[in-house]
Amino acid sequence: MEFLRPRSVREALETFQKTPGALALAGGTDFMVGWNMGLLNGKTVVDLSRIAEWKGIEAGKTGVRIGSLVTHAELQRHPLIRREFPLLVEACALIGAIAIQNRGTIGGNIANASPAADTFPSLAVYEAVVHTASPQGRRAIPFLGIFAGPKKTHLRPGELIEAIEIPYARPRPSAAYFRKVGTRAAQALSKTVAAGLLWLSRGKTVAESRFALGSVAPTIRRARKAEDYLRGRKLTAETVGRAMDLVEAEIAPIDDVRSTAAYRFAVSKNLLKEFLECRPR
Amino acid sequence: MPAVGTSARRYEGPEKLSGRALYLDDHDIPGCLFGVTLRSEIPRGRIKNVVFDRAFPWSECVVATAEDIPTNIVALIEDDQPLLADGIVRHALEPIALIAHESREKAYEALRFVRVEYEELPPVLTIEDSLSRREILYGSDNVFKRYLVRRGDVEKGLRESPVVVEGEYRVPHQEQAYIENNAMAAWWKDGALTVMGSLQCPYYVHKAMKKLFGLSDGQVRVIQATTGGGFGGKEEYPNMIGGHAAALARKAGRPVKIVYDRSEDMAATTKRHPAIVRHRTGLSRDGRLIAQDIQVLMDGGAYVTLSPVVLSRGTIHAPGPYECPNVRVDASVLATNTPPNGAFRGFGAPQTLFAAELHWEKIAAATGIDSLSLRRKNAFREGSVTATGQVLKESVGAREVLDLAVGKSGYLKKRSSYKRWNRDPKKPCWKGIGLALVHHGGGFTGSGEVYLASRAAVSIGRDGLVRVLAASTEIGQGTNTLFSQIVADALGLPRDLVAIENPDTAKVPDSGPTVASRTCMVVGGLLRRAADDLRSALLEAAGGSIPQSRSKLRQAAVRLCAGEKERRFEASYEPPAGVHWDDKSYSGDAYAVYSYAAVAADIEVDKTSFEVRVRKITTAQDIGRAINPLLAAGQVTGGTAQAVGWALYENVVMKNGRMTNPQLTNYIIPTALDTPPMDVILVEKPFSGGPFGAKGVGELPMDVPAPAIAAAVHQATGILIPELPLIPETLHRYHDQTQRQR
Amino acid sequence: MIKLNVNGKRRSFSGPLFKRLIDVLREDFRLTGTKEGCGEGECGACTVFLDGEPVNSCLIPVAHAEGRKVETIESLANAKKLGVMQEAFLKRGGAQCGICTPGMVMTAEYWRRVGGSPEPEAIRNVLAGNLCRCTGYQHIVDSVIEALGRRRKKARGQKA
Repeated sequence: MEFLRPRSVREALETFQKTPGALALAGGTDFMVGWNMGLLNGKTVVDLSRIAEWKGIEAGKTGVRIGSLVTHAELQRHPLIRREFPLLVEACALIGAIAIQNRGTIGGNIANASPAADTFPSLAVYEAVVHTASPQGRRAIPFLGIFAGPKKTHLRPGELIEAIEIPYARPRPSAAYFRKVGTRAAQALSKTVAAGLLWLSRGKTVAESRFALGSVAPTIRRARKAEDYLRGRKLTAETVGRAMDLVEAEIAPIDDVRSTAAYRFAVSKNLLKEFLECRPR
Repeated sequence: MPAVGTSARRYEGPEKLSGRALYLDDHDIPGCLFGVTLRSEIPRGRIKNVVFDRAFPWSECVVATAEDIPTNIVALIEDDQPLLADGIVRHALEPIALIAHESREKAYEALRFVRVEYEELPPVLTIEDSLSRREILYGSDNVFKRYLVRRGDVEKGLRESPVVVEGEYRVPHQEQAYIENNAMAAWWKDGALTVMGSLQCPYYVHKAMKKLFGLSDGQVRVIQATTGGGFGGKEEYPNMIGGHAAALARKAGRPVKIVYDRSEDMAATTKRHPAIVRHRTGLSRDGRLIAQDIQVLMDGGAYVTLSPVVLSRGTIHAPGPYECPNVRVDASVLATNTPPNGAFRGFGAPQTLFAAELHWEKIAAATGIDSLSLRRKNAFREGSVTATGQVLKESVGAREVLDLAVGKSGYLKKRSSYKRWNRDPKKPCWKGIGLALVHHGGGFTGSGEVYLASRAAVSIGRDGLVRVLAASTEIGQGTNTLFSQIVADALGLPRDLVAIENPDTAKVPDSGPTVASRTCMVVGGLLRRAADDLRSALLEAAGGSIPQSRSKLRQAAVRLCAGEKERRFEASYEPPAGVHWDDKSYSGDAYAVYSYAAVAADIEVDKTSFEVRVRKITTAQDIGRAINPLLAAGQVTGGTAQAVGWALYENVVMKNGRMTNPQLTNYIIPTALDTPPMDVILVEKPFSGGPFGAKGVGELPMDVPAPAIAAAVHQATGILIPELPLIPETLHRYHDQTQRQR
Repeated sequence: MIKLNVNGKRRSFSGPLFKRLIDVLREDFRLTGTKEGCGEGECGACTVFLDGEPVNSCLIPVAHAEGRKVETIESLANAKKLGVMQEAFLKRGGAQCGICTPGMVMTAEYWRRVGGSPEPEAIRNVLAGNLCRCTGYQHIVDSVIEALGRRRKKARGQKA
């Protein structure tokens, strides 16, 4: 097994060019499980952890730029993130437990592309943009556009995630919602995970809503049909019920060792309802 | 100051807390190889061929197969289980061959270069499947063991009962999930074998090794390493792993260590027996029991292992702690092609008590009398007669624990306030509080302790050191501490002058296995007697009073030892007077005494996610005298948490006879946040046959929370779910069905 | 070869850089207090500090500890005396079989060092990555409260 440790972005890109098929290592919280299971025998591993450029959080005028190696613990502690992106903070606080949050990185989480990733619904409703670097140059990919399937992304060979940019939600939303329904209260993988932002205009009419669900389809899903339907409507038992029906058509959960499709359908709808009713738990 | 009754600090606590305690994998054994196990991929079939791929450098390895085992039998109750499959596999993950290598990674890698060719046979995977006798796996009917307990005339009783309530209850596997995986090491010297490992029962391993390798008592030595939890999971499986390590070491001529990883431990080793329990209960209109007709069916897995004894305990506890004139318990454990099920805290009782206790909810609905009143009407009291005909003469705390759990939890008030709360559709959750009451027999069933004939000893050396000599292992429950307290008080010595010898068959007598809530009550009793003898001798040697300092003790010890290195005082088991048991009719005094426990479980069910959250457990437990209240409470909180896990989270998913979620990521045990705060009340009704009045406590706490939680879920949701685990998916499924029916 | 600081001592390691930190600690440095329970960051028995923060040493290639401070359970007590958290676990029954204990104590010790809240719910939350199968956690929570209480008492005493 070869273990390569570039110190800069340029070195990292060159390393991948020289060793196609190499695997990228960031915080290791998922990666090392594979190592322990013997799945990495004979593979070349490129350790990105020494790339200092990817470790910062920068506040801009319209949003924040988070280096891909920023950990889930760092995100939770950062005052600007706490103020502007509480749904991301809530999600990070529920990834494994503290020892995992201290190591796992936002970029690693995205590259890993687990359908159950806890940060994804939050990043989806904040409409984050993923910045990448590759020998062919840099590009910016809308968050939802990066995923190709379970554990699969549209990143090209040798293309690496540099940063995640999240625009400030303006005007500030009337309500923000996050909930993870996991296998237990903590140190859990999600069975269904949801985030929502709601803007109400005067008269309790929905100006805009964004709702995203994880663990219920091969990739993270925004509930576009429900969002479109709700725009301009008042929230009543009837409109909420209709939105719940629309969500059902937008997800494709499966039975697996953690849960069942039937349960995930029901809970996804209930989560939307809880979000729209703005009901404190 | 007496040590008994105080929360004396854990004897081996400093070693464990500082990281100095040595578990098996912490031992640096010179020249040791690492062993791994090739296992069956299919549940049933003939092995046609085992192919070792030439691409791997096999010369670096030692390989053992069935041919290398002198007597290929893992000795336990029956001789049906081979150490390595010979020609036929009867369950998925059955060991077929062993490989040892200097490097752990290389040993695992070698497994990928072995292929087994099978001729598959149709597997039997469930209790129903086994009952159908479509395939015969064992004997003529797939029944490993059947028991019939009879009291009165159950058919007549049912005929004459104005109310008859029927119910069927199902409970699943449960994985022990000790945090230290199974681990054993073995080495040979001059034809003698030493085995060291993470284990509960040194003399079980000792017996198994003698048979496997044709050795005499003196040629086998078994040493317990610090053991990271057992809960029954290290009762008999160490025989298997110890045998594997010994077989490899024998062939290699070097020590061999086998340490399972989590997946292997979960998928391959024993679990709690799944069970189906059916009740037909006859009652008077005012809720008095007239007849209990109970059928118990357990899934034993592919070999007999401990199933008969698990079934026995399940059978005897099946009616619950209630007096009923007409009882029939018809219980069987069946063969299937799944990994053998085995011992797990409670040992059959949690399965049958879940059914007995939840059944009260059904009876309450049928009679219109609440389950608390029903229990109060029927619960054991002194003088009650059990289903096996045992008269309960003393230390019967059933009613007391029930009343304490009810009173301390605010059960009655909550029961009615939750009723109101649940009527409000705007509330985000449903609430419920549920009850359960159980008993648990201490020590081996029936004549078990007589057959065991355990021995334990206390010695004093010329150096003045008092040593406790027993094969009873410390596996977290506090054996060392309790023994030191009992012996110190019996001798009238300060506790720090008493040392515990590590369980090592070369040094300690066979005090029996560390199981069945017997360590404190039975072995503690032996030690008390042994210590009494030492005390008399010491008094004589010291001129009438027990020395209280190390130096004075040494002077007396020198006199006492009279030139010998040490003096040893041994006691062996003697059945308490007036205890009778008949194995043929399965009647009589099933246990010397029972412990009792009640739980009130206060829960919420989230309407969005159907998750059950236990807000609070209030439990009262009658364990006789608490030798060490802190350790006793620790047994209660720990057993309760395991039962909360069994009730709400732990789901062994089986597919084609194989566990598909053998990781701590997917087999969910409770974290600190999933485990509720617990209010533990110890009720001390002393038992005259236990040391200082102690009864058993190890298993009792595991029996009681699950039915209380299910009863609480019943109140919360209005649905009586007769199965475990109550995972959200199950609640949702039942809720959905109920909605459709309305 | 890489250099790292383990329990206050400078150490060097010249084996494969992808070796897990837990294996380096246990096999190369013979610090066997750190335990492995699952190998997937689920049970927390392998918890050590990396620059003062609790991490799962089974998920860390030793390369990631290069130039950093690693602290293990062995650093909390000296030959004569247990640390404050260990003493509290001994008094309150926080350890039973002991296999989760080193990891549990490390996470609890982190909470003590950062001045964490003594509220049971907060303690349960920070310990949620350390599985224990023996205690039902209640005595562990009591132990942590005990240790935090001592700190408070001490602080009050100094003020007075």
